Amino acid sequence: MNSKLDGYLNFQQTTISLLARRQEVLASNIANADTPNYKARDFDFNAVLAKKLKSANNTTASTDALGADLLYRQVIQPSADGNTVDMDVERNLFAENSLRYETSVTMITGQVKDMLAVLQG
Amino acid sequence: MSSLLKVFDITGSAMISQSKRLNTVASNLANAETVAPPGGTPYKAKHVVFTATPLGDDASTGVTVEKIVEDSTPPKMVYNPGDPSADANGFVSMANINVADEMVDMISASRSYQTNVEVMNAAKSLFLKTLTISQ
Repeated sequence: MNSKLDGYLNFQQTTISLLARRQEVLASNIANADTPNYKARDFDFNAVLAKKLKSANNTTASTDALGADLLYRQVIQPSADGNTVDMDVERNLFAENSLRYETSVTMITGQVKDMLAVLQG
Repeated sequence: MSSLLKVFDITGSAMISQSKRLNTVASNLANAETVAPPGGTPYKAKHVVFTATPLGDDASTGVTVEKIVEDSTPPKMVYNPGDPSADANGFVSMANINVADEMVDMISASRSYQTNVEVMNAAKSLFLKTLTISQ
């Protein structure tokens, strides 16, 4: 029963933790918008999620570090101080990421409610 | 979840750094019209140097003020032979501050500060939303 519940909630749980992680990366980019030579970073959300879900099938907990998957953002407009943070891009992605996070939380709440409905009859 | 708390550290460090920048701008603007005492050197404009600081892991990078440097441009020389602090040629040396530059710096710092506050608020509301799972 335990593992079935884990499996039931695994997708949203992985998604939520990854989205929180991405929020952190995007916040770092925005925080460093004025830092000379800072290179904006991000990760391929779909690829990392697919990898995490795959590894979750073998082991119950997938807590491997995200570090290796961090990439550098493609430069849209070069700047004199070597900083590659584009505020428009970062703010867009940040807003989008927040929305995805809220969606995931709403979905997992729905799943929990469904499960409770089944249990209570 | 703990990642969202990290956002507070990140934006917090950025806010501290930007307010230090605003502080240096304030002291530069305050000293814009200052004159060197006789035989002394005038006030020199100060600028902050930001540096990216890793906070624990790869994903989170904060900002700190690495150092505060003095502007190396020569002081403004104003011809005013009547001034008691004028040199032998009648020039008074004044602080090397460009008010327009400082105003631009001030606006940039306050906008960055605002953005970080917004990011922090977003992280806060997401965190609170997470606490309502299954409610």
